Amino acid sequence: MIKNTSMKVAGLAIASVIALTGCAANEGNGSVDGLSGTLNGAGSSAMGSAQEAWIAAFQTANGAVTINYDPTGSGAGRESFISGAVNFAGSDSYLKDEELALTFAACAPGTTPFEVPVYISPIAVVFNVEGVTDLNLDAATIAGIFKGDITMWNDSAIEDLNPGAKLPAAAITAVHRSDDSGTTKNFSDYLSKTAESIWGTDVSDVFPYESGEGAKGTSGVIDAVKNGTNTIGYADASKAGDLSIAKLKVGEEFVELSNASAAAIVDASPAVEGRDASDLAIKIDRATTAAGAYPLVLVSYLIGCNEYADAEVGKLVKAYATYLVSEQGQADAAQFAGSAPLSATLTSKVAAVIAAIK
Amino acid sequence: MKSKSRLGDRVFSGLAKGSGSVILIALMAVAGFLMAQAWPALVADPAELPNATEGFLPYVIPFVFGTAFSALIALLLATPLAIGIGLFISHYAPRKLAQALGYIIDLLAAIPSVVFGLWGIQVLAPAVQPAYVWLSENLGFLPIFAGQVSGTGRTILTVSMVLAIMILPIMSAMAREVFLQTPKLHEEAALALGATKWEMIRMAVLPFGRPGLISAAMLGLGRALGETMAVAMVLSPAAVISFALLTSTNSNTIAANIALNFPEASGLGVNLLIASGLVLFAITLLVNMSARAIVNRRREFSGAN
Repeated sequence: MIKNTSMKVAGLAIASVIALTGCAANEGNGSVDGLSGTLNGAGSSAMGSAQEAWIAAFQTANGAVTINYDPTGSGAGRESFISGAVNFAGSDSYLKDEELALTFAACAPGTTPFEVPVYISPIAVVFNVEGVTDLNLDAATIAGIFKGDITMWNDSAIEDLNPGAKLPAAAITAVHRSDDSGTTKNFSDYLSKTAESIWGTDVSDVFPYESGEGAKGTSGVIDAVKNGTNTIGYADASKAGDLSIAKLKVGEEFVELSNASAAAIVDASPAVEGRDASDLAIKIDRATTAAGAYPLVLVSYLIGCNEYADAEVGKLVKAYATYLVSEQGQADAAQFAGSAPLSATLTSKVAAVIAAIK
Repeated sequence: MKSKSRLGDRVFSGLAKGSGSVILIALMAVAGFLMAQAWPALVADPAELPNATEGFLPYVIPFVFGTAFSALIALLLATPLAIGIGLFISHYAPRKLAQALGYIIDLLAAIPSVVFGLWGIQVLAPAVQPAYVWLSENLGFLPIFAGQVSGTGRTILTVSMVLAIMILPIMSAMAREVFLQTPKLHEEAALALGATKWEMIRMAVLPFGRPGLISAAMLGLGRALGETMAVAMVLSPAAVISFALLTSTNSNTIAANIALNFPEASGLGVNLLIASGLVLFAITLLVNMSARAIVNRRREFSGAN
């Protein structure tokens, strides 16, 4: 049935491509570099607001191009791309090995997909405790709090990390995402890599424990933390607003969340082994001790074909992807979605992959 | 004399029959869709089901419990209020006030559930949280008030309050209607026998309105069972069965669980969620049918016909 729907969507997508290219050809209005047509993408909702900003800017620059991005979720986005229903996918996790073994319907026969990081979003551990604005935490303590082992703010584990802080003798309400989320997956991944003895190895989009409080979506978590008392939660840093953000212990020091520290961890992490040159999947080194690297980040990938079955689509994807990772594109995403721009080293690697799209 | 069948008659009867069957076809289509989509999850090896490695039943039972529990508390809170409002409008309030009040209650029905959800998170939950702390400190020996009080107030009791307010309009509107239909002769007879106003209501109005009240309650229950958005936004959910009203760990409802997890679900996960939707469909069908049965059984006593 799923396949059936995807095929219908594919049909619809093709029909709309034909309809819209027809339109554009008729109107013949001035596009900047002769680009025209429609691109359809789907996937990560974390990347959703960044995609909105990118699409708006790209369509303004190229009047004859229409880009649609459907934030259906990473898994669904990858599935749609593999089936050929959309031209590109956005995904919070890189393609699985078994997905890579499948045939990608949108790509030219015998060619492989590319996969590049385009969106880095730091995850903030936000808290709302009266009289406390600075909080240092290490992975073991965070794991203990969210698992429900540490229940009081004046627990010795927290006090030891925050000498001099006035921590109240109050119960902790730890807020997690109640919906499936890439944010939870990255948060869980961080804790299982750095505090496995406490957190365990269960890493998925679902929060693994029954303890604590669930809230729907990033805004739900932020609302719960803000309106509650003695609360703590995790959420995309861009939505943290005026809530206080905890510093994470990396090595022997406490690292503050910033664009620079989020980009630093991506640079300090190794690539996933056994991948093509055009597959820049990164295995985030959560247990890093690199100075100034903030290991709690979400990396979203742009997934497309190295060579599209339809060369016109290839041209469009290439132009769009080039803009995405350009300094301007990353700055736009930072401004509208609060992401951390890619570092210069990473940008040059990503740009090389995109330059080869056909 | 044999009446000639005219074109107008045939067209109209055709249209009426058509409209009648559209309802049936729609219901069948929904049921068919649910069953077809749920089937893969029901027959799949539990190990392959995302988030439900123990099988479908252990997965869905906490949600069934949460759905029923929150809806029942909502009904418990809303029913006396609805009867009170209905009686006030039909028998106590001056005519002008009654009309205005009726309109205001109908307005409540026009508020979208997402607004109720926002109000629940931003206003109601923080407002009742101190009361929850008091309840747990003073009545914590009761199992329903035991446990660590939620710091945000987003518990199943808060959700049930929101649900109660949401089902109040339909319930009080129906209560008002059935109370107004009480035969004047019954009421006057009661009064003539020397009954006070309250006794008259107890003897004449309430017995007459009972079937109507039951169907009002069932309609309300139906809405509370299926309410999605407000629950998804307000509740702090978990996949557990818990009677505690004040803690952060609350049983989620089926509808809210689908809303929360559908956006990121793929493959069998989608089938799993739809299968839980099928369970909800069956529950609401059962509730409505039993409501019908109760109303039918008591029809002869009510004097309504």
